Amino acid sequence: MAQATMRRRRRGIGLEVLGGLLLLVWMIPLAIVFINASKTYGEVTANPLALPAHAGAFLDNLRAVFTDRTTDFAGAFWDSFLVTALSLATIVLFASMQAWVLVRRKTRLSAAAFFLYVAAMVIPFQVVMYPMIYFFRSLGEFLGLRLLDTHHGIVFAYLGFGCSMSVFIFHGFIKNIPLALEESATIDGCSQGRLFFSVVFPLLRPVCLTVMILQGIWIWNDYLLPVMMLGTNGRVQTVPIAVKMFAGTYIKQWNLILVTTVLAMLPVIVFFLFAQKYIIRGVIEGALK
Amino acid sequence: MKRNLLWDFAFSLPCFLAFLLVILCPFFLGAWYSFTDWNGINYTVNFVGWANYRNIFSSPQFLFSLYQTLLYALLDVVFIHVVAFGLALLVTSRVRLRNVYRAGFFLPNLIGGIVLGFIWQFMYKDFFTAIGKLLDIPGMKTSLISSASTVVLGMSLATTWQYAGYIMLIFVAAIQGVPQEVLESAAVDGAGAFTRVRKILIPMMRNAFTISLFLVITTSFKQFEKNLTLTNGGPATRFLGKVVQGGSLVPLTIYNESVSANNLSKGQAMSVVFFLVLVLFSLMQVVVSKRKEVEQ
Repeated sequence: MAQATMRRRRRGIGLEVLGGLLLLVWMIPLAIVFINASKTYGEVTANPLALPAHAGAFLDNLRAVFTDRTTDFAGAFWDSFLVTALSLATIVLFASMQAWVLVRRKTRLSAAAFFLYVAAMVIPFQVVMYPMIYFFRSLGEFLGLRLLDTHHGIVFAYLGFGCSMSVFIFHGFIKNIPLALEESATIDGCSQGRLFFSVVFPLLRPVCLTVMILQGIWIWNDYLLPVMMLGTNGRVQTVPIAVKMFAGTYIKQWNLILVTTVLAMLPVIVFFLFAQKYIIRGVIEGALK
Repeated sequence: MKRNLLWDFAFSLPCFLAFLLVILCPFFLGAWYSFTDWNGINYTVNFVGWANYRNIFSSPQFLFSLYQTLLYALLDVVFIHVVAFGLALLVTSRVRLRNVYRAGFFLPNLIGGIVLGFIWQFMYKDFFTAIGKLLDIPGMKTSLISSASTVVLGMSLATTWQYAGYIMLIFVAAIQGVPQEVLESAAVDGAGAFTRVRKILIPMMRNAFTISLFLVITTSFKQFEKNLTLTNGGPATRFLGKVVQGGSLVPLTIYNESVSANNLSKGQAMSVVFFLVLVLFSLMQVVVSKRKEVEQ
C-alpha cells in the first residue's frame, strides 16, 4: 500500500515537472520577442540568443516606434479601440434583437432567415471581399454614402460579418428563456420595444459576454477586412495595419518590429489575465455551439 | 400574445440589412463575376462562361497552392490533435498548477495572425538558425521557411503553437464530461493509464473530435494573415514548368492574383472553388456527426 502511494507520488512529481517544462517551451517565442525587443539593432543582428546588454533599450525602441513619422501608432491604437468597441456594441445590440424576433415569431420567413444566417458562416471572407468593396464604392459614388475609409463603414461591415455567429449564439440562448416572463410583461401593457430592453435584454448578459469575447479578439486582431476597407494609409488605421506597414518600412530592424508586436499583443494579454475565467468559458461555449 | 409586425421589422432591419449588403449581395455578385471579365473598374461586364475556371485549373500557381494547402491542413490536423490531446490530459490530471498551464497554453490564441507571422518569421530566420549554428546541428542552420519543401511544415508548427491550446480547451471540456466512475472502475479492474485513455476516454470523446477536426480543417484552409507575414508567399520553386510561389496557401494566392495581378474575375473564380471545398468539408462533418448521433 505504502509502495503504491509512493509510486503515485513520484508520478505526480514527474507530471508536475513535465507540465512546467512544457509551459516553459510554450513561452519561448514570447520570451524571445520580449528579449529582442529590449535590445539595440546591432545586438539583435549580432546574436538573437543573447540577453539585452543594457536596460533602457526597450524604452528607446518604444520611443522610436511612437515618434516614427511614417506610422502613427498612437492614432492606430485609438482607431482600433474605437472600431472594436463600437463594433461590439453594434453586434450585441442588433444581433440579439434579431435573434429574439427569430425565436419568438415562428413563421416560415423567420425560419428561412435563421437558416440563411447559419449557412452564411461557411462563406470565407475571400469570396465576398472584392465584390463587397466594389459594391461599397459604387454606393459611395451613386448615393454619396461613404462606407470606405470611415469608422462607421467598418463598424457596419463588422456587423455584417459578425452577425451570423452572434445571431446563432443568441438564438440558442433565447430559446431556453421561458415565455411566461414575457407574457406577464405584455399583460401589464408593455410595448414590444420596452419588453425587449427591460425584460429580455438584461437576461442576456452572460451570452453578450461570450459574443463580445469571441468577436472582440477577432476584431482587434483582424487585418484583411480593415486593410481592404481602410487602405494601408487612410484616415483610419488599425493596429494590425500599422504593424504591417511599419515592418514594411523598417525591413529587418527586428528590435523595432518586435516592439510593435509587443504593443499589439499587450492589450489582449492584459485583458486575458484579468478576465481569464470568462474568456476560457466564452471560447468553449463558442466552439461547442 | 399581441405582436406588432412593425416592431418585428424594426428589430430585424439593422442586422439583416448589414447581412444583406455585406455578405449576401457580394456573395452572389462574386459568384456571377467569376463567369465574367469583371475588372473592378468598368461598370459593364461581359459573360465569358467557364473561361476563368479553365484558366485557374491550368494555372500552376493555383494548383500548387491548392496542393500546399491540403498538405498544410493535413499536417495541422495531425500536429494539433496530438499536441492538444496531450496537453488536455496534462491539465485534467491532478497537476497542481493545472489552471496556470491551461491559461499558458491557451495564451497564443490571443495573438493576431499578422503579429504571429512576424514573431515566427523571427523565430525561424534568426532564433532557430542561431541555435543551429551554435550547437552545430546540420538541419537547423537554414530556416524551415526558406525552402519550398519545408515551408508548409514551418507554417504548421507555428499554427500548432497557436491553435493547440484552443483545441485543448475543447478536449478538456469533453474529458470532464466523461463520468469519473467509469474510469475509476476500469482502474480497479486493472486497466493501466494507457488502456484507459485508448479504450474509454477516446471513444467517449468522439463528438469533441468531430468538432475539433472541423475547426482545424476550416481554420487551416482560411489561413491568410499568418501566411502573409510569415512567408509572404515565398520561397519560389518550380511546378509544371513554371516558377511559382511555394509558400503561398490558397487565400494568399487569391489575394495576390486579385490585388497585384489585377485579375479580379480570375481571383473570384479561385475563391468560388475555395468556397466549394469548404462547403464539401462542412457537409462531410454534418453527415459524420449525424451518423454518430444515430449510433448513440
